[in-house]
Amino acid sequence: MNKEIKKWFSLNLGNKKQSNYGCSESKCDKHRLEKKEDGISQVFDVNMNRRQAFKKITAGLMIGAGAVNSSCSVVSGEENKEKSQIEWEEYFKGNYKLMSDEEKDKTVNRLVRSYELRNGKKLNISSKGPEEDVLFGYAFNISKCQGYMDCVNACVEENNQDRASQMQYIRIHEMNDGKGLNFGEADDSFYHEVPAAGHFYMGTQCFHCDNPPCVEVCPVQATWKEKDGIVVIDYDWCIGCRYCMAACPYDGRRFNWSTPQIPEQEVNKNQHYLGNRLRKKGVMEKCTFCIQRSREGNNPACVDACPTGSRIFGNLLDPKSEIRWVLANKKVFRLKEDLGTEPKFWYFMD
Amino acid sequence: MKVLKNLIKDSLVYLTHGRKSYHIWMAFLTFLMLLGMYSYSLQLEQGLSVTGMNDRVSWGLYISNFTFLVGIAAAAVMLVLPAYVLKDFDFKQAVLIGEGLAVAALCMCLAFVIADMGGPARLWHLIPGIGVFNFPNSMLTWDIIVLNGYLFINLSIPLYILIMRYQGKTPNPKIYIPGVMISVFWAVSIHLVTAFLYQGLQARPFWNNALLGPRFLASAFAAGPALIILVLAMIRKFTDFKIDDKTIKKIALVVTVAAQINLIMLISELFKEFYAPTHHSESAYYLFFGLHGKAKLVPWIWTAITMNVVATVILLFHKLRNNFTILYIACILLFIGIWIEKGFGLIVPGFIPGPWGKIAEYFPTMTEIGVTIGIWAMGAFIFSILARTGIAIELKKIKFKDN
Repeated sequence: MNKEIKKWFSLNLGNKKQSNYGCSESKCDKHRLEKKEDGISQVFDVNMNRRQAFKKITAGLMIGAGAVNSSCSVVSGEENKEKSQIEWEEYFKGNYKLMSDEEKDKTVNRLVRSYELRNGKKLNISSKGPEEDVLFGYAFNISKCQGYMDCVNACVEENNQDRASQMQYIRIHEMNDGKGLNFGEADDSFYHEVPAAGHFYMGTQCFHCDNPPCVEVCPVQATWKEKDGIVVIDYDWCIGCRYCMAACPYDGRRFNWSTPQIPEQEVNKNQHYLGNRLRKKGVMEKCTFCIQRSREGNNPACVDACPTGSRIFGNLLDPKSEIRWVLANKKVFRLKEDLGTEPKFWYFMD
Repeated sequence: MKVLKNLIKDSLVYLTHGRKSYHIWMAFLTFLMLLGMYSYSLQLEQGLSVTGMNDRVSWGLYISNFTFLVGIAAAAVMLVLPAYVLKDFDFKQAVLIGEGLAVAALCMCLAFVIADMGGPARLWHLIPGIGVFNFPNSMLTWDIIVLNGYLFINLSIPLYILIMRYQGKTPNPKIYIPGVMISVFWAVSIHLVTAFLYQGLQARPFWNNALLGPRFLASAFAAGPALIILVLAMIRKFTDFKIDDKTIKKIALVVTVAAQINLIMLISELFKEFYAPTHHSESAYYLFFGLHGKAKLVPWIWTAITMNVVATVILLFHKLRNNFTILYIACILLFIGIWIEKGFGLIVPGFIPGPWGKIAEYFPTMTEIGVTIGIWAMGAFIFSILARTGIAIELKKIKFKDN
């Protein structure tokens, strides 16, 4: 057969090609914001490129507006000023993919501070990058899944998904026995006691394709594949055109049609910039293999929550990992393989 | 510079004066635009949840109209070729109107895209230089380039011609003919690129179809000139601008040929989907017959097909086509038919059934319809301004006075 087709064990293995992640020197420079202390020297002694000029003009407007605003309110003037300062700096920040480590820290600090100003609580937002020799993969045991939906609940809580629209990254399909994997006749929004007689269950979510069509189509590179194989979204860079949603053959992506609603006490404060941090309206989001957990060496929430052990997660590059054992010893398959998307999500049966 | 300043001044004076019917028309359009702006403000405040779209059907009325209007913009300029290059002077008066129509259609296209954005405030991320432009990977970036380039070309050529006429000079063909040639190729490219936007998605078998691009062109060259005929008819009625019967008849011939090709392609598509239906034909089944009792689009698509067929049959007969009343009716039928077919007859079934077979139906909400009407009114408004100025200059009602 075609030798070009990648096998799971050859994904990026020995192929040190720099993926989309990281940036060339010149590209980074363009996005680096220099901050100077003195207002006058900042305005008059700076070599500005267009982007900085754009930023600064607007920052000027903002400070003007902020001044008007704070002169009207006596009590919380300072706080408001800081809030709007953060808002504008956030608005004009660059694409996370192209940020330097310093810039990443800055934006994380701004987000933490902004939440503190609004809710008086401290968030823990990480910007931890991918580790060397790690490539995440996932396997799903169709024989074991009973449709309890604990994975879905854990996912919603872990990833701060909108409660109002009941957004769910995972869909559990209730299939009919004897019909095989017939998604057309399956029900992915059942609400009754499980396991129901005559049915079996199967979960889908973002498959973190090695050749993701959603990444190709994004007009602003707001979504990309990280070195450890996780397909992520920069929520602040996304313009909400939903082209990626149309391009995904697996229904893996979700859109914030309104501002997400999460009761303050339910907000998971352990966050990652590319993962479960709070989103705004009009941006895409999706499963990130719980990047805030997986990059710390933990399993995604769905894996830990599953009472039946149907879900297996691990490092594909580690020969001793459970996922490698499954891939080596089970008859695994992937969905819609003919599309050439190379999902890193396998199914198997006992 | 001075000429341009005077031109703007003169045309503003001219535009704000006119017959009562003109004022009523413009006031009516302004009212609709305000309605659209109000609807859009609701959408901005609450998010796209005010539309009928959802995670299952994530593009709807806006993108449908966008797709259709790209075709109108492309087709309008195809009239330019015979006029300037083949030296067929019958077309010449139609050309100015055609380019005005292209500009109006493009403005509407851009407005529809912006209306569809979740974060219109973050659109600067698209601007090369300060943003990140995923070129050449994303077809959407190609589309942005070709649409804006096309808008620029179609603004500059008529502007040059009109400025020359305004000063009483003859435009120099050496300057505008290369522009005209580019714009003709560009017209094909904007529509083909827009088709590729859908055609390139392996996730959506309904769109992932090699015929989509050519079919886009054929339907555009039917609907676009059909609209031009209707507009010319209006202009003939309401202004002193002379348009020969011959011109309209020639454009009608273009419409006839394109409508036939469009029908042939439709038959080819239907044959493929229904003679040996596969799993990938489900969207077509949903569109034409409904699936599992869900059939919201069925009446729409059959209306569209009926309109297309009736219009094409009318156009086929010289006797009927040369009767202007019947011709206008055929053009209206064709225009609406293609709007349905290429609008939500194309976009919505792409999402139904979803990747896992879920059939979730879509229908636009009032807010969405309000925004859409507002944008159409904006297009008509822009076109009215452009056409009125253009005609006034052609008729030498406004002239450059060097004082």
